Amino acid sequence: MAEWEPVAGLLRSKSATLGLALIAFVLGVALLGPALAPHDPFRTAPLERLAGPSAAHPFGTDSLGRDILSRVIYGARISILIGLISVSISLFPGTLLGLVAGYFGRRLDSAIMRAMDMLLAFPAILLAIFITAILGPSLPNTMIAVGIVYIPHYARIVRSSVLALKEQLFVQAIAHLGGGHGRILFRHVLPNALPPIIVYATLGMGTAVLQAAALGFLGLGAQPPQPEWGVMLSEGRQYLQIAPHVAAFPGAAIFVLVLGFNLLGDGLRDVLDPTLRSM
Amino acid sequence: MAEALLQAEGLVKHYPVRAAGLRQGRAAVRAVEGVSFAVGRGESFGIVGESGCGKSTLGRLLLRLEAPSAGRVLYRGEDLGRFDSRRLKAFRREAQIIYQDPYSSLNPRRRVGELIAEPLEIHGIGGPAERRARVAELLREVGLLPDHARRYPHEFSGGQRQRIVIARALALNPGILLADEPVSALDVSIQAQVVNLLRELQERLGLTYLFISHDLGLIEYVADRVGVMYLGRMVEIGPCAALCAAPLHPYTQALWSAAPVPDPTARKARILLAGDVPSPVRPPPGCAFHPRCREAFGRCREETPALREVAPGRLVACHNR
Repeated sequence: MAEWEPVAGLLRSKSATLGLALIAFVLGVALLGPALAPHDPFRTAPLERLAGPSAAHPFGTDSLGRDILSRVIYGARISILIGLISVSISLFPGTLLGLVAGYFGRRLDSAIMRAMDMLLAFPAILLAIFITAILGPSLPNTMIAVGIVYIPHYARIVRSSVLALKEQLFVQAIAHLGGGHGRILFRHVLPNALPPIIVYATLGMGTAVLQAAALGFLGLGAQPPQPEWGVMLSEGRQYLQIAPHVAAFPGAAIFVLVLGFNLLGDGLRDVLDPTLRSM
Repeated sequence: MAEALLQAEGLVKHYPVRAAGLRQGRAAVRAVEGVSFAVGRGESFGIVGESGCGKSTLGRLLLRLEAPSAGRVLYRGEDLGRFDSRRLKAFRREAQIIYQDPYSSLNPRRRVGELIAEPLEIHGIGGPAERRARVAELLREVGLLPDHARRYPHEFSGGQRQRIVIARALALNPGILLADEPVSALDVSIQAQVVNLLRELQERLGLTYLFISHDLGLIEYVADRVGVMYLGRMVEIGPCAALCAAPLHPYTQALWSAAPVPDPTARKARILLAGDVPSPVRPPPGCAFHPRCREAFGRCREETPALREVAPGRLVACHNR
């Protein structure tokens, strides 16, 4: 069946399979969270503070004596949610703006794309800091900020696909049949513009997790005592010399999830690249 | 000729070219330069010429896929340029197109059945079940199987894809079919099958054909009347049999003398033209053909010859005829 070709192709790629496995692992941990965590991630134990890894606390404890393993496990939920929600916030408006700009062209195109250029002119993290500073530091606002920052990326990718697609004979043929703009855009242009977006969105999940962690680290994202990985990293920073495990484990968790998304994104790019696929 | 279904009146299409430098905005590719003719109902009209002579642009103008720079197209005596969007949509239903490249004229992500049903959907004809039945009927009509509706275009060969394109074009029971080089992208062995299908469909459905091609043999086979184009102008129009047997215009004569004859013993005089086709940005003054014409004389360099009827049904644009 034609629909399953991409999936089979994906599993033939070792790195994509590894990426998929890493994401599945983090996703599984996120879903099973409370069942897997050995301790309450919020329960403090002043007597056990900054303890190294042991049988009772495999990842050790932090400055308040909380179990780091449990906090990392609970943090998986937050990070997966950050990835999904902030990518959705950039994906849908970005795709729509790119479709409209590329298809209708002229002044609308100029207006939309110049606005996108304005957003792109700022370094991503600076813009995200700016937006969270306006909205107020909190986890939902972090997702919104990271989402808005990446809207122009999707708009640009979609626009460039649309510019090529609207000249294609099969798109023009629908207009020759009397088909309207909506039919042409959503039935014929959009489905053919999707592959690069799927790849970018997958890679974007990793970037979003990283950006949200950075905002958390800077104190603008999730707020303590939330077990967000970036916040944990920030808390552990002060004890790097005496208790490196406090920062190392949440850092490793970010690494695993971002690596998973990047490997999967690269694999998807190879599979969906039309020049590599036989007709 | 029967009643005129489509009539071109002084059609002109210029594409401005943005030349670098000071004299910007002046230059234009003169793709079609004052073409007038009429196509009767049920007729098969062939348009021949070299690549770049404007024959495809003429086809696009005739179906109002593009607006002419000057002149107009009459459909059943009414100016297409004055049609509002509702009437234009009705005209789109009546006039269908078969494209040159069957590989790029079908959306690769949609099933054949969806592609063929799409014109029915656009014009709101029938319910889902009726459309499915119509798709099956159309597939059979073009020599494919109803089961093929579930497949994707990439599963088909070029000839089969062109059959799918034809099925889509027939879905709305059109009166006019514009075939723009319908077989030139196909293997020679497949070309005959597709051409025969097109001819058979014309007889059975009483279609009016506009057949654009550079292949003289093909035009001789399918056309009732032929129009020969050179640098955006019609240089000769006539009934296919008479024109092919005895072309009148010097360009037509040269063109026909270059066509291969499927007989190894036949010896015929080749008329070799000197030079290349001039640029349509700056066509020669007077008769556009005069720099390459062996019969050219003073008047040809100054005055553009008009298309005149020199014998019943035979029109030539040449000062010498």
